[in-house]
Amino acid sequence: MKVVIVGCGRVGSTLARMLVERHEVIVVDRTSESFRRLGPKFKGLKVVGPGTDMDVLRRAGIEGADVFVSVTDGDNRNIMAAQIAKRIFGVPQVFTRIYDPSRAAVYAEMGIQTLCTTATAAGLFCDLVEGRRPDTVLDQLQSYLDAAQKV
Amino acid sequence: MYVIVVGGGNVGYYLTKDLISAGHEVLLLEKDRARSQRLTEELGEVVQQGDGCEARIMEEMGFARADVIVAATGEDEDNLIVCQMAKQRFGVLRTISRVNSPANEALFTQLGIDTTVSATRLIFNLIEQEIETDHLVPLAALARGNLEIVSIELSERSPVAGRSIGEIILPGDAHIVAILRGDRGLLPSPNAILQAGDTVLTLVKQDQEPQLHGVFSG
Repeated sequence: MKVVIVGCGRVGSTLARMLVERHEVIVVDRTSESFRRLGPKFKGLKVVGPGTDMDVLRRAGIEGADVFVSVTDGDNRNIMAAQIAKRIFGVPQVFTRIYDPSRAAVYAEMGIQTLCTTATAAGLFCDLVEGRRPDTVLDQLQSYLDAAQKV
Repeated sequence: MYVIVVGGGNVGYYLTKDLISAGHEVLLLEKDRARSQRLTEELGEVVQQGDGCEARIMEEMGFARADVIVAATGEDEDNLIVCQMAKQRFGVLRTISRVNSPANEALFTQLGIDTTVSATRLIFNLIEQEIETDHLVPLAALARGNLEIVSIELSERSPVAGRSIGEIILPGDAHIVAILRGDRGLLPSPNAILQAGDTVLTLVKQDQEPQLHGVFSG
């Protein structure tokens, strides 16, 4: 699959490194410094520029992309980029990370696949504290951590 | 009308002042605490501090009963989300967004924003217009802008160059009031012949200005 990732912070760079062995990966970030997180051997394409700029996204090859993920540190930037990918370029699968649960709820209603890490972490902690999750969840979390370490 | 302005930069600040003097109920929402405090000192309680993209704040500020939302921050992505949240979550009927990158105007319209305003685009259009129209410059607006005195410098290509004033058919009640040729000013007698390089001052009704362009620059 061809995957465009906007935002090369901790999440974006880790995701890119997890995917790059099996897929064509393009990473977009406003500053080239962020690409250091990808390491010197990264085989994917790096594009410098704001991920909400349609020309930058075209340069990143969004027109032929199968999947688009926006994970910058700004909710509004992620939402805008995701809408451009979905509504303007018709990318089949679009995912975005939104910190603010109220914004995440509205855009989920509007058909944007959102991962609200605030709600997810808080809800998970709450379940763990009150013993509502089986041990397999902890195994799952450990496996994510292992995967992130390996790349 | 109840108008909520999001973003207390220069655009939001002056707009809020004008809306208040026009008698509207206005709320200016500014995210930055220090800036919002400074604005409050001058404008009073119409200024509130908070993030205009957060549903809880929007609810507190009465977005649900607002007639118009104006997103006036310097960041396009923030303006987009303010307007979309206002529409989706609070059913606001009219959203106006400042757009900093002209390329985003069409995008915002596609994403459901009712009106977009781009200063960059406006200035660009003014410059383009001036280049295209044989240097037509409005000199003075009379009667609240209904009447204008405009100045037109005639180019070599102007269809009126070499013709007498009596021959020229002007739109409506427009009048040529003076011709400037080099250092001399001429009063327009019907037999006076216009030349390329002349600056012609014309009194015209504002809505007939486009036709006037046609007469002088073809």
